[in-house]
Amino acid sequence: MVFLLLRLIPGDPAVYILGERSTEQQRQQLREQLGLNKPLFFDFSDEGELLDTQYFIFMGNLSRGDLGDSIMRRTSVADELRTFFPATVELTLSALFIATFVGVITGIAAAIRRASLFDAASMTVALVGVSMPIFWLGLMLQYLFAVNWRVLPISQRIDENLVRNVDMITGFYTLDGLLLRRPDITINALEHLLLPSIALATVPLAIIARMTRSAMLEVLGQDYIRTARAKGLRDRIVILQHALKNALLPVVTVVGLQLGLLLSGAILTETVFSWPGIGTWILNGILARDYPIVQGGVMFVAGVFVFVNLIVDMSYAALDPRIRY
Amino acid sequence: MATTTAQQSPDVEFMRPQRSLWRDAWQRLIGGSTGRIGLTIALSLALVAIFIPVVMPYDPLRDRDLRVRLLEPSWLLSADDRVQRELGLMSHPFGTDDLGRDVFVRVLHGSRVSLTAGLFAVSMAVVFGSLLGLIAGYVGGWVDTIAVWIMDIMLAFPSILLAIAIVSVRGPGLFNTLLAVGIVEIPIFGRIARATVLSIREQEYITAAKATGVSAPRALFFHVLPNSLAPMMVQATLSIATAIISIAALGFLGLGAERPTPEWGTMLSDARDYIGQGKWWYATFPGLAIMMTVLGFNLLGDGLRDALDPRLRR
Repeated sequence: MVFLLLRLIPGDPAVYILGERSTEQQRQQLREQLGLNKPLFFDFSDEGELLDTQYFIFMGNLSRGDLGDSIMRRTSVADELRTFFPATVELTLSALFIATFVGVITGIAAAIRRASLFDAASMTVALVGVSMPIFWLGLMLQYLFAVNWRVLPISQRIDENLVRNVDMITGFYTLDGLLLRRPDITINALEHLLLPSIALATVPLAIIARMTRSAMLEVLGQDYIRTARAKGLRDRIVILQHALKNALLPVVTVVGLQLGLLLSGAILTETVFSWPGIGTWILNGILARDYPIVQGGVMFVAGVFVFVNLIVDMSYAALDPRIRY
Repeated sequence: MATTTAQQSPDVEFMRPQRSLWRDAWQRLIGGSTGRIGLTIALSLALVAIFIPVVMPYDPLRDRDLRVRLLEPSWLLSADDRVQRELGLMSHPFGTDDLGRDVFVRVLHGSRVSLTAGLFAVSMAVVFGSLLGLIAGYVGGWVDTIAVWIMDIMLAFPSILLAIAIVSVRGPGLFNTLLAVGIVEIPIFGRIARATVLSIREQEYITAAKATGVSAPRALFFHVLPNSLAPMMVQATLSIATAIISIAALGFLGLGAERPTPEWGTMLSDARDYIGQGKWWYATFPGLAIMMTVLGFNLLGDGLRDALDPRLRR
């Protein structure tokens, strides 16, 4: 499907790369180089070469883990993916961490103090948070923290001077700093990470907080909670051990669903903060009509998405012994 | 119907006060604070969008005044500064942008762009979605299987990514943006329509309608589809919120409305370059407008859901 969609884009990459003034001969040569002159699906003109087409060459390469080369830069798409992916993972995971951690705690607190000022205030904030355009929130955070108060860096992943001559091990700068025993790298990377992850976390955080609150309220009204309280158990134990465990299942579902939202949001957040991740990479690929990049990138993101959903489904079984596959 | 019986015998009216489903729902909508706030925001926006060209005519092509480039909101300027520049307290309440255009005027006119685009995208999704869902649910078999399969794939995809891919197929521009956003929303309505068909098609009044010789399309449109009206309305309202934010997002990424159209997302995209210079007002107000609009439609959608389906009320 991704393959089809992208080939249907009107516009000729050869013209794009060589410029409007290139000769037809140059363009033809480039198309041949890139394999864009071959038929899309089946080649009926040539006996025995039926499958020598763009689609089957692409599928064959895909099965070997080869996503082709970027048209613009002539570098391997798989290699580019490897450099940009850790940046997105780092951003997404830290956003997910903030959203889950803060969201669940806020939700529990709001549920325990139901109808209190805290409940009303946090749920109003959550309501606004759901409607937040995160690209705008990102700009506002940039202005406040980086321009007005000058406490955090405005964009990018890290101070380039710090890592000029350093070989990264994993590509996750926070982790690499620790592995290389360079705490300055880790701290610098964390400073860069903070604003984008807050911006990216906002919408999921609001959704998780609302979900946790309603799940907790439902559980807290159950008979076994009353029994637990009647036994004389302390509030903390009742809430954390009896109620929270049972309220967690719908919350896990929501957290899992948020990952899709985070991947979408990552494109926007990365653009705001000039974060060198998959989102900016795909967007630039689209703007440059670099098929292999868009194709490989979109397919990769979709694959990650499916994989994450699988993990979430499997975690249900771990959390709820009644579910067996 | 109720009025004619009431005119015939006054005591019937006494026994059964005039209450229709819609009047009930309306009262529940107005009764809850969620629905009331949402309705107020949505209606005020609609009023602004409708009447702004009359009250403040605006030509985006001609509007520029480089003498007042990137000016702070006028009420923040010192009195001396204002006298020097010959400005009133409220000349530029939201400041001016990099071409000296008044941000306030552009934000107000932006409501027109965003609301029309959002409404259009969602209407398109409703029409094609319900058509798809009706056909899939009614015909069944392999048609249904394929339709559900396509809808599932589309729903599984991160929606912004899908919209970006569609815009890249058709090229940037406001129309293509709202087309993309509309296409992305189609499966949501398709599912609602399909679910309604599946739950209604075996009901006795449908069999009765068929027995009286009503054709299949007529039965679908006049007897089955009205049953999905309530969930459709709720979903459509919520979808307008999503559509407006997605259109703005695509505008922000540089794939949306062409300049100088006063579209909120595109304005933010321009404003992004001036954040580093501390020109906060340029980005603040278009973004606030997006947030208020989205919040309004989200609240209205929640209110509608409570009003139309009292069973869901907590």
